[in-house]
Amino acid sequence: MDLLDDRKRQVVTAGEARAVVCDRPSVAGSVTQRACSFCGSRVVLYPIADALHLVHGPVGCAAYTWDIRGAQSSGPQLHRLSFNTDIREEEVIFGGEKKLARALRELVAIHRPKGAFVYATCLTGVIGDDVEAVCRMATAELGIPVIPVQSEGFKGTKKDGYSAACRALDQLIGTGPTEGIGPHSVNILGDFNIAGEIWVIKGYLERMGVEVVATMTGDGRVDTIRKAHGARLNIVQCAGSMTSVAKLMKEKYGIPYVQVSFFGLEDCADALYQVARHFGDPGMLRRTKDIVKAETEAVLPELARIRRDLEGKKAALYVGGAFKAFSLVKALRQIGMQVAMAGTQTGGPADYEHLKELCDADTILADDSNPLEMASWLALRDVDLFIGGVKERPVAFKLGIGFCDHNHERKIGLAGFEGCAAFAREVHATVTSPVWSLVPRRAGKALS
Amino acid sequence: MLDSTPSTVADRVALKINPAKTCQPVGAVYAALGVHGCLPHSHGSQGCCAYHRSHLTRHFKEPVMASTSSFTEGSSVFGGMANLTQAFSTIFEMYDPDIVAVHTTCLSEVIGDDIPTIISKAREEGRIPEGKVVVHCNTPSFVGSHVTGFSAMVKGFVKYLSESSGTPSTAINILPGWVEPSDMTEIKRLVAAFGLPMTMLPDTSSVLDAPATGEHAFFPKGGTTLPEIKAMGDARATLSLGTWASLDAATLLETTCGVPFQDLDLPIGLAATDRFIESLRGLAGVEVPAQIEDERGRLVDVISDMHQYLSGRKVAIYGDPDHVIALTEFCRDMDMLPVHVLTGSVGNAFETRIKDILADSVPDANVKAQGDLFLLHQWIKNEPVDLLLGTTYGKFIGRAEDIPLVRVGWPILDRVGHSYFPTVGYLGSLRLAVEIISAIQERQDRDAPDHAFELVL
Repeated sequence: MDLLDDRKRQVVTAGEARAVVCDRPSVAGSVTQRACSFCGSRVVLYPIADALHLVHGPVGCAAYTWDIRGAQSSGPQLHRLSFNTDIREEEVIFGGEKKLARALRELVAIHRPKGAFVYATCLTGVIGDDVEAVCRMATAELGIPVIPVQSEGFKGTKKDGYSAACRALDQLIGTGPTEGIGPHSVNILGDFNIAGEIWVIKGYLERMGVEVVATMTGDGRVDTIRKAHGARLNIVQCAGSMTSVAKLMKEKYGIPYVQVSFFGLEDCADALYQVARHFGDPGMLRRTKDIVKAETEAVLPELARIRRDLEGKKAALYVGGAFKAFSLVKALRQIGMQVAMAGTQTGGPADYEHLKELCDADTILADDSNPLEMASWLALRDVDLFIGGVKERPVAFKLGIGFCDHNHERKIGLAGFEGCAAFAREVHATVTSPVWSLVPRRAGKALS
Repeated sequence: MLDSTPSTVADRVALKINPAKTCQPVGAVYAALGVHGCLPHSHGSQGCCAYHRSHLTRHFKEPVMASTSSFTEGSSVFGGMANLTQAFSTIFEMYDPDIVAVHTTCLSEVIGDDIPTIISKAREEGRIPEGKVVVHCNTPSFVGSHVTGFSAMVKGFVKYLSESSGTPSTAINILPGWVEPSDMTEIKRLVAAFGLPMTMLPDTSSVLDAPATGEHAFFPKGGTTLPEIKAMGDARATLSLGTWASLDAATLLETTCGVPFQDLDLPIGLAATDRFIESLRGLAGVEVPAQIEDERGRLVDVISDMHQYLSGRKVAIYGDPDHVIALTEFCRDMDMLPVHVLTGSVGNAFETRIKDILADSVPDANVKAQGDLFLLHQWIKNEPVDLLLGTTYGKFIGRAEDIPLVRVGWPILDRVGHSYFPTVGYLGSLRLAVEIISAIQERQDRDAPDHAFELVL
């Protein structure tokens, strides 16, 4: 089949009957926006702030993942250092296991951490280092859990790396004491505390009377993750990255889970109600209603004001996982914006079917897109806003289109009710920026 | 809280903490972006390419295009030939570049993929259309650093494309080294002032400092063209700026095409720019243009006006070897004291050169190649400095020790300006000197008690 025709199967408009072809590897040679398994595991585990994160591989894998995620910690900052075995030619020939063991010893002597994650990379995978064996020996020798993360880059996309991270977390969960954990207790899974978002969510839950045992992994700590099996419910956000931990915990410890999103008023309220309903405590349900009412009322006037300016304007979004896309479509609708294009790096068939239901009939849905086709759609649909990550940002700006980072580089928390207002403000500021009237393509177009 | 660096320096043999380098392929990408109509291609897993594009985008705030062979578990076992062959079809069908610049990664190197064979097979199969060019270089991540990767790609372009036609031209070649688009523009201005025709390879100006036009150009208008690279073999001389980034390509032009070269430092600072200008004067056979003499005079003027703020200030300099060498000499010439000088890249020659520069002024300076920023931080804890000079990664040390940082080199992830305003030449050095002086004076104002806080500095 012709390549371009083949590519067309991964792109539909929401009103079409045919499904988006997805869950397939990127064709070699494309300028894909996707990354690798290592990247996936690194972003998921990175926020655990009192652990060592040792990249066993070439310097690049460590350099590019050094403090690139604004995952905030309320205490230790150990996660923000870059540790690396810096594999050289000698180890490629003779193996890197000895160097890894020695690096762990050197590191523990300097930092005395609560635990360590050792990330396997393409290089140490292909030279055949037994990272697991080294970690086992180090655990015995150093007296802290040293956990291998089997995330060799060639094993797949970020999604496969999420699974590797989940398997690593699974080794930690269940190894700590659970005394004193109450009946109305939860773990938060899949929030990474970008710009302090998990503190906002935790605040709501605590006001509801819910005890938060472990946060995975935003503002995470080794000891709280070790006792996460003592919680009675798992709240899973960013389903793509963390659902497998929730499933494992359900099998092993019988802990149920709910899939939620804290982005957008509707989804955020729904998330809190799901938790309250799960515990079935009338007092908690009442408190939840009060919180949702008060928080919603606090932001609605501003959202209404912003909506007046944005009504009828068009947005495009390209995100990693589909769950964020669902929330964003709803959140944009709340402020009067239509979604002209929605794409994901790693969405599955069911995700795209759900997106079709959520979107307008002419919304372009695309799996594993590239900058060339995205740029053409942005111009074709004459959108006013693009939501994406670091690689999408400059493309939007070159086209003279507003941009909102909803990925690692967002600097303002967008979760929770107050996050909705922040999101609306950010979208408003970029869409109505006077700079767009100065860019040739947009010049002359009324800003109103 | 961000400071978890103990001051006692213990031997580390297996571990890098807070690297002062990254891996070769990103250098190959940067070099390839400086060739017009060129798509850099990463022969490895998808993550490599994603990281390089993201990191370059963070530094330049510009779109960065590169394709990848998207290795899978299968390719890591059976080799990446099928991936690269497929990639050529995809690339020419979807993106239609004039040239594809393939670089390898640690994975494809260990597997042992033979890139030239794959390229010629793909050409036989018609996957590379007539008139389209494919070049390659080997950039395993377990050898060298991003700087040597840059050097390898520039050498790759020369190896594949530069030819000696037998008819020498009057033009000269400039290998600018790993510098900013703004620096490349400034170097071109200086060469043009001498009336010298030239080709610069690579040339990322009008690629990574592209204006907002309302359109996204997948291949921006800048970059060295293929005919220009070809004709480099006929040039009468090559000026190779920055030994680590440029010397290999310059040497190859000499051995294969007979083009003699001069191995120069990056023209940052007074003395290094003097040597560059002197080379241009010699090649052009004309006097130094008055305008450039004036620019030099202004730089000297500012340094002497501000001498009291510069004299005796201790500075730590870190980053890529070519930059660090030029910066060390510049700081020395401004009467500052570079007490800690470090690069993450390899090379004993680096240490020798720095020690030579500092032999009279700071004979006991800490100097290290293949170091990391954790070690630099430890040095600073043991001997504090007034100023940090280097990449964004120094900001953690700056915060922990309360030391101002002047950003120079690659990468700069948290400020803009570097891609628009040069640090090379007299004008660029003047800009850098002003930044250094301002950082010191800002600090003086901030720290001064009321009675010593003065209007006039």
